[in-house]
Formats: sequence, C-alpha cells, structure tokens
Amino acid sequence: MYLAEKFHSPDHWYPADLQKRALVNEYLSWQHSAIRMHAAKIIWLKLLIPKAMEVEVPKDKMDSAIENLNGTLKQFEEKFLQDRPFIVGDQISLADLVAVVEIIQPLGAGLDVFENRPKLRAWKDRVREAVGSELFDEAHQNILSCQEIVETMDRNKFEAYKPQIVKYFLS
Amino acid sequence: MAGRKALKVYLDLLSQPCRAVLIFLKINKLPHAVEYVALRKGEQRSPEFTKLNPMQKVPVMDDNGFVLTESDAILKYLATTYNVPDHWYPKHPERRARVDEYTAWHHMNTRLHAAKVFIFEVLLPRVTGQPTDAGKVDKALAELEGTLDKLENMFLKRQAFLCGDDISLADLLAICELMQPLGGGRDILKDRPKLLTWKSRVQSALSDSFDDAHSVLYRLRDKAKL
Repeated sequence: MYLAEKFHSPDHWYPADLQKRALVNEYLSWQHSAIRMHAAKIIWLKLLIPKAMEVEVPKDKMDSAIENLNGTLKQFEEKFLQDRPFIVGDQISLADLVAVVEIIQPLGAGLDVFENRPKLRAWKDRVREAVGSELFDEAHQNILSCQEIVETMDRNKFEAYKPQIVKYFLS
Repeated sequence: MAGRKALKVYLDLLSQPCRAVLIFLKINKLPHAVEYVALRKGEQRSPEFTKLNPMQKVPVMDDNGFVLTESDAILKYLATTYNVPDHWYPKHPERRARVDEYTAWHHMNTRLHAAKVFIFEVLLPRVTGQPTDAGKVDKALAELEGTLDKLENMFLKRQAFLCGDDISLADLLAICELMQPLGGGRDILKDRPKLLTWKSRVQSALSDSFDDAHSVLYRLRDKAKL
C-alpha cells in the first residue's frame, strides 16, 4: 500500500475510490487468519517437517490442516471471487497479488489446490497474465521446485529451529 | 442528502473489534445506527444476518448499501470517507504506512494472543460447562507476554502512541484487544508500567466513549469477581 501510494502506481492496484479500496483492505485483513494461516501450514506439515527435518507428522494433524485449507478456499471463492474476474472487480489489485502467492504455496509441497477448482484456476491464470507470465513464473520458481530443493538441502540447516517448529506446528 | 440513511453497524460489544468501531463512531460524532447481534445467542447464524454476512461474524458496516466486514477495513473506510482528524489514519504516506504496518501485525499478534486468554479462561468454560483448562490459559498467557514485550519495545519504544505522537486506529484496535481478558477479572497490563501509561493516554483521548463501549465487558468482570 505504501509503495502504491508513494510511487504512484496505476490506480487499480490500490484504488483511490474509497469503496473499492475498502474491499482491498477487507481482503488483506481477512486473509491473515484464513488463507495465509491455512495455506502456509501445508508446506511445513507435508514437506519441510517430515522430509527436511525428518520428524513424523501425525495423520490427524495433516488431515485437519487440509480440511481447514479446503474450508478457507471455499470461503475465498464464495465471498471474495464470486463471479468477478478479480477480487475487487474487473482489474487486478493488491488483494489478488497477496492472495495468489499464498494460494500457490501448497503446490510447493505437491498439493495441487487448483485440481477440481476450475474457478480458482481461471482466476490464478488471469492474475498470472495481468502480472506478466515471465515475472509471475520467476517469482514462483523456488516455491514450485521446493520438493527438489529439499532433496538436496543440508538437513543441518533446520536443526537449530527444530524444537520451535515442532512445538508451533505439532503441539 | 435526501434518501441517504445513516450508516448502520452490526455489533456485539463483547467483541473487541466491535468496540473499536463503536468508539470510533462516537468519538468522531459520526451519525450511525447500531443493531446488536448477540453472539452468545447465536444471532450471527440467523438467515437474515447470514445473508448480510455469509462469514457470520461481527462487526459489519452497511453504508447506504455498501456492506463491509473486517474492523480494520471498516475503520480505514470511515476515517477516509468521513471528516475525522488526520491523526486517526494520516494522509502522509510514511505515517499512514506505520498504521498499516501495525494493523497487519495486529491480527496474528495482539488479537490472536489476547483473545486466546479470554477464550480459554472465560468463553470456553461458559459455553461448554467444563472447568477451565489452566494449562491452556498459562500457554496463552506466555504467548501474550511475547506480544506485550514487542508492543513495548517495538511500537512504543520512542513514542507516546503505537504509530507516532498522536493516537491512531492502531491504538484503538490494540486497546480493545488488551482489555478483553478483564472480562475474566484478569488485568494483563498490571505489571507493565509502560503499557499502563500508554493505556491511560489512550483512555484519556477516548474519554466517555471508551467506558461506554466497555460497559458489557465491565459487567462480565464484576460477575467474575463474585
């Protein structure tokens, strides 16, 4: 928001129209304890904790994380997307940007959130096109190759954080 | 102005973000109508309310047909749409960014941790009829200590209010969350002189609107003392 104001980026990112802007703010607020919370967990529970830290993740924790993710994606589609091309209307805004990076995150662990979600996939494709496919793909390169990265990474990197991470995600 | 209705807000004063919205409307004398939604009675699940807000949460604002949820979005909308003093949500980009910085951090820090204390100590036992799980309360209190440290050392380090020398939306949202554990008779700020001083500055700036909005919480606190 600061960058959009300070550097006078095109209006659609953070509209001057106060009602449209409010809808961007509404999404940015909601997402903290919804999409961000539930989508970010997946890569930890499905990939980093079991593979990089070699700690077993109980099945019920994984199942409940996926259930929460499914619930939040449903709310996202039903309230924030509906039949609109983008969250706030006909053009991309900061809300779509913040949303797409979180929603793509589970793909890093091999969980395809777009499977059986054609509406979500179509929105993602529109966002990718609006941002520019080259930039979009470049930004997502690392997360999408996360599984391979984990194969070759130094396990010791996580040792210092293991107790905190296990406590946070598995207790 | 013909045909323009007053702003309407749907609130439950036991909810922290609802209190922030009501205080803001009152302190700035913005004409408004309040419809109370009793969460303890499940009124947020009624068909009419669900039609208004499918998320079944409060606060909700309806400004002549423009429906908005999320307290920080509502407060920012009110601050920018109506004529209120600049300090609430400054126009200056750097100063505004500070308020946005706090309101982003607020969700998973102040709000999350202070609410948990109240939920485990007061709400859950009340709703389930089970005794309080002291272990969960202690864990929530420990996590809250971390948040209070950060409030003191980061946001209040060299300034009177969270985002500068004057009160803003950040202080309003924060104070309402930090008041919540009082509903169980617990003053989480009692050993924190810096935060207590900040709190009295905030209360002073908010005058009667603060106590009015917290009347429900005070009644709950008084019951807890018995």
